[in-house]
Amino acid sequence: MPANDLILDVKNLAIRYETEDGNVHAVNGVDLQLGYRKTLGLVGETGAGKTTTALSLLRLIPNPPGVVECERMMVAGNDMLRLPIDKLEEIRGNDISMIFQDPMTALNPVFTVGEQIAESLEIHERLSKADAYEKAMQMLETVGISRSRGAEYPHQFSGGMKQRVVIAIALACNPKLLIADEPTTALDVTIQAQVLALMKALKNKYDTSMIIITHDLGIVAEVCDEVAVMYAGRIIEKGSLEEIFNETLHPYTEGLFNSLPNINDRMSKLRPIPGLMPDPTNLPVGCTFAPRCGYASAACLERQPRLTLMSGTHYVSCMAYDDPGFAINRRKQ
Amino acid sequence: MALLEVNNLRKYFKTSRGMLHAVDDISFTLEKGKTLGLVGESGCGKSTTGRAILRLIEPTSGAVVFDGVDVTGLNSRGMRRMRQDMQIIFQDPFSSLDPKKSISHLISEPIRESGIIRDGARIEARVQELMDTVGLSRRLINSYPHELDGGRRQRIGIARALSMEPRLIICDEPVSALDVSIQAQILNLLEELQESQGITYIFITHDLSVVNHISDEIAVMYLGQIVEKATADELFRNPLHPYTKALLSAIPVPSLGDRPERITLKGEITSPVNLPEECRFRKRCREAGQECSSGIPPQVEVEPGHFVACFHCAARAG
Amino acid sequence: MNNTEAGSGQYAKRSAFKAMWKQLQKNKGAMIGLVIIGVIVVVAVVSQFAFDYERDIIAQNVANKLQHPSLEHPFGTDALGRDVLGRVAYGARYSLAIGVVSVLIALVVGVVLGAAAGYIGGRFEDVVMRITDIFSAIPSVLLAIAIVSSLGKSTFNLMVAVGVASAPSFVRVARASVLTVRGEEYIESARAIGMHDWKIVLVHILPNCLSQIIVQTTLRVASAIISAASLSFLGLGVPAPAPEWGSMLSEGRAYIRDYNYLMIFPGVAIMLTVLSFNLIGDGLRDALDPKLKR
Repeated sequence: MPANDLILDVKNLAIRYETEDGNVHAVNGVDLQLGYRKTLGLVGETGAGKTTTALSLLRLIPNPPGVVECERMMVAGNDMLRLPIDKLEEIRGNDISMIFQDPMTALNPVFTVGEQIAESLEIHERLSKADAYEKAMQMLETVGISRSRGAEYPHQFSGGMKQRVVIAIALACNPKLLIADEPTTALDVTIQAQVLALMKALKNKYDTSMIIITHDLGIVAEVCDEVAVMYAGRIIEKGSLEEIFNETLHPYTEGLFNSLPNINDRMSKLRPIPGLMPDPTNLPVGCTFAPRCGYASAACLERQPRLTLMSGTHYVSCMAYDDPGFAINRRKQ
Repeated sequence: MALLEVNNLRKYFKTSRGMLHAVDDISFTLEKGKTLGLVGESGCGKSTTGRAILRLIEPTSGAVVFDGVDVTGLNSRGMRRMRQDMQIIFQDPFSSLDPKKSISHLISEPIRESGIIRDGARIEARVQELMDTVGLSRRLINSYPHELDGGRRQRIGIARALSMEPRLIICDEPVSALDVSIQAQILNLLEELQESQGITYIFITHDLSVVNHISDEIAVMYLGQIVEKATADELFRNPLHPYTKALLSAIPVPSLGDRPERITLKGEITSPVNLPEECRFRKRCREAGQECSSGIPPQVEVEPGHFVACFHCAARAG
Repeated sequence: MNNTEAGSGQYAKRSAFKAMWKQLQKNKGAMIGLVIIGVIVVVAVVSQFAFDYERDIIAQNVANKLQHPSLEHPFGTDALGRDVLGRVAYGARYSLAIGVVSVLIALVVGVVLGAAAGYIGGRFEDVVMRITDIFSAIPSVLLAIAIVSSLGKSTFNLMVAVGVASAPSFVRVARASVLTVRGEEYIESARAIGMHDWKIVLVHILPNCLSQIIVQTTLRVASAIISAASLSFLGLGVPAPAPEWGSMLSEGRAYIRDYNYLMIFPGVAIMLTVLSFNLIGDGLRDALDPKLKR
């Protein structure tokens, strides 16, 4: 894909936090590309480096202790590595927006929700106060809240409503890229369904590209076009939604699927991944997943596998595939 | 005879805006060695129900009969003894363990407190045995909770609950704070413990795929009331209450292919303060009609073991 | 993992104190404060042996009066010809003792009342907190003056007065931290295993409030020293001729124009002591705050 067709083009991103107890290697060589109007699901468990990766795209990693190293980081045509701070601030909220996990803390309790949506419009779109407020009211209606509630304060809203307000703020300036970090984790299932439907509809309406960070494969199946699975700061498998779900390659991705209760077969036994994610201050020499992997051989403990193209757009980082006859159990069934 | 019988349990809280009906007339029975899933959204009163059964919150009215004894009538000494039989595992493995106490202290505390074992060396042996049972490496015995990950902390919580050899454990969202791979480890552990020790569970959760996996019976709660109760298979195969249907259709399924039609509910769960005498789900229900505001729908057994509290479904089934 | 014979002994127990100490050592200010306090304590102890109270500290020698600092009297002599160095050194014990004892009084009274108010709640809490409000509405020096004048002038009464005046802040801190901890799930967990309320407070609540209380204690020692010195300055504290720093300031006031060292040395002594306690308090706050730990 030529580079100018990409909203996001990241090459060899590495982030570490330098602490007194050693360096925490949060992200270790991540490549990410995303086309316009696509939704990427960044999947992984706590500590996989998903949020750190996302924050670095907005250059929001605090330094110290964070150190970001990257060969290339282009977001919506901006070279994020070389932009001065004032330029970055213009881009944040305008070209790229972020939605955080907890809607309860993302809003300022002393301003009305209307004012909070209008604020970013005043800053980025340079609208007058009245125009910004009017547009803010329209945004509220877009996310399904009646405009009469624009003059209310965040504490008067329920969790789901707050998350809608947060989405309204994020989308107010029509960002080209929206990063949503676990946007529905704090919400109930029925509210989660409403919010996901809303995000899908708005994405189509505004032609926004999206990165959704989640641990929930169910959400990924629902809203994403592409998936990248992260483990210990690396992308270990990526591809289209179909490739990841129907032609799973990596043993870790398989483990994730096996850990989930099957809603259609309640008697099926859960097969959790044994052990824990490695300590990011002390990563193993070889494949980071090898200590927990049922397919691991001696070679896996010695050398770090590379992300390799297997077919179509499907990449995997696993040395077992050096043997052309290898297949994980999920594929054999 | 059922191990646990809950009859007309109510818990009201006085608030500045009026009476909050957190738990409003809940009844169920639970057989020994079985698991009842209590499922619903935040604010539906499922956690309060669990705590009221253990009298961690004093119920406003109703009876909790455990093995023939009405727990609500016990004095504090009787209750202390009863707590050995009825334990709880908490949701948050971070706030449910005292950060200033070591693992060995945390696991041995219930044993020392209840006095079931008094000899120091035997307590230590028991702690190690419990750590083996829940899969905690013995070298962690002098660690502190903040040094461990969520899964291990939850194992400590389980070991604490197990230490008194209870017959009933109320699991209050024990896996919702954990990553999926760890969640599966803990669910398997709970299932193994049930098989080996015959423990009865009340499993409180908002996660429908988890409740489906672990429960024998499921009760769906809405605004302090049970709206539908059936065996897990029956509930998922043949949900009757409009709320149950919406809830089931909202589960994000981690596979591609055909998806059932999603029923999107209007609005959100309201706070259970000063509720009118009508079906609690009426305002969000797409099947609601005239009769739904005529009173609180009674629980009707539409099929053996399948109860539903809805004027429409009951009429249709009857 | 099958080391059945291995007891828990082989896995070393770790102490929370050591962790705090390690954290505190990184704080320069706190370490400077500790060193200064250490020096002051040593001075207080050594002066016991170096000087004879009757002969060196309170004996008047008018022939020697108001001498500027010299080799013989590094801090000079006062209006009654007494060596200021000896008096400042000897005075350290008063400030330290008053600061520590009065805060201990405040600590015991305040923590018991505050913890009980926080845990029991209801009517009891209301009464305790309103009384606390009333006490804190009166300026603490004024309150102490009232107490000293009604009890009579003595060192112990001064300690009581300063202690009572600083008790309200302990009530507040203890209640607030008990309220925070009481809402945690591990308290419910302790109740679920049938633990008695008083034991829950002792075993689970107070240890988790300890860091807040330690910090408050250290900071309060500093203000207690100031209060005590102020009272002595007003003539309500340690009775003359004892070399209390506050009364030395008061005595030196008349000579400030020509003999300013009479006020500078005791003044600097008060300042250094108070500053050090404040530095240690701030350092402890940082060291004990789990949010700052990585």
